[in-house]
Amino acid sequence: MAVPKRKMSRSNTRSRRANWKATPTTLTTCPQCGAAAQPHIACPSCGTYKGRYYAAAERTEHQA
Amino acid sequence: MPTPTKGPRVGGGPAHERLILANLATSLFEHDRITTTEAKAKRLRPLAERLITFAKRGDLSARRRVLTVVRDKGVVHRLFAEIAPDMAQRNGGYTRITKIGARKGDNAPMVVVELVREPLSAKKATVKEAEAATKRAAKDSAAKKAAETEAATEPVALVDAAADAPAVDLPAGAAPANEDGSAPEGYTVKGNADSGLYHEPDGQWYDQTVAEFWFKSAEDAEAAGFKKAGSKSE
Repeated sequence: MAVPKRKMSRSNTRSRRANWKATPTTLTTCPQCGAAAQPHIACPSCGTYKGRYYAAAERTEHQA
Repeated sequence: MPTPTKGPRVGGGPAHERLILANLATSLFEHDRITTTEAKAKRLRPLAERLITFAKRGDLSARRRVLTVVRDKGVVHRLFAEIAPDMAQRNGGYTRITKIGARKGDNAPMVVVELVREPLSAKKATVKEAEAATKRAAKDSAAKKAAETEAATEPVALVDAAADAPAVDLPAGAAPANEDGSAPEGYTVKGNADSGLYHEPDGQWYDQTVAEFWFKSAEDAEAAGFKKAGSKSE
């Protein structure tokens, strides 16, 4: 089995990991209640999507 | 080479997959609306729509073919007797998948799968209703003007009618914007003549809207055939 010949330096490790970045979630405002919601997903605060209501979409504060 | 199955595989093997999809279809036809993961929903949709097509055919052969997937006779009866007639006007698109965000625990994207059982022309009906309301509002304003002109003496009435003529296409309860585009006194709701929408002061697009008409309240705008901004899609 092929194995690395040398220990990877701290510098190389860190420069590799420097590119692991988180991106902010895209958000829109819900036309029904005005809360922030993800696009194309039912609003978690009022449970509506395109005027239809989905009870399963609603989230309480500690669930979000 | 056979065409590969579209979408992700579910379950531990072919038999398990068939069972999962059959159970999902059975639940969907029993309850009209089920919550599941996005991957399963996407596999369920083609199967469920095919079964509904069989149900629309409605003969004994079709019923037996559906029974090979949905084992519950009660559910199959419901599919043929209640669901199929509702889908008669529709050519496909019998189900709707709405995303409801990720599940707590494994962060799986969850969806609601539902049967689209409302009549096909629901949207057209609302459009028709709105047009009728606009017409009614126009008629009301015209009638009001006529009453005013009758009350006045005849030569003045002629002048009045001529002066009022350009204002007839103004909806009832609306006021035109001032020269510089600012609001007339007491009018706070913006009406956009191009889109037929109205904007309340707390609305998302209020600031960027150029108002042709101003209304005193949302009810006035609604009565004049304007729709609330953001509700256009439904």
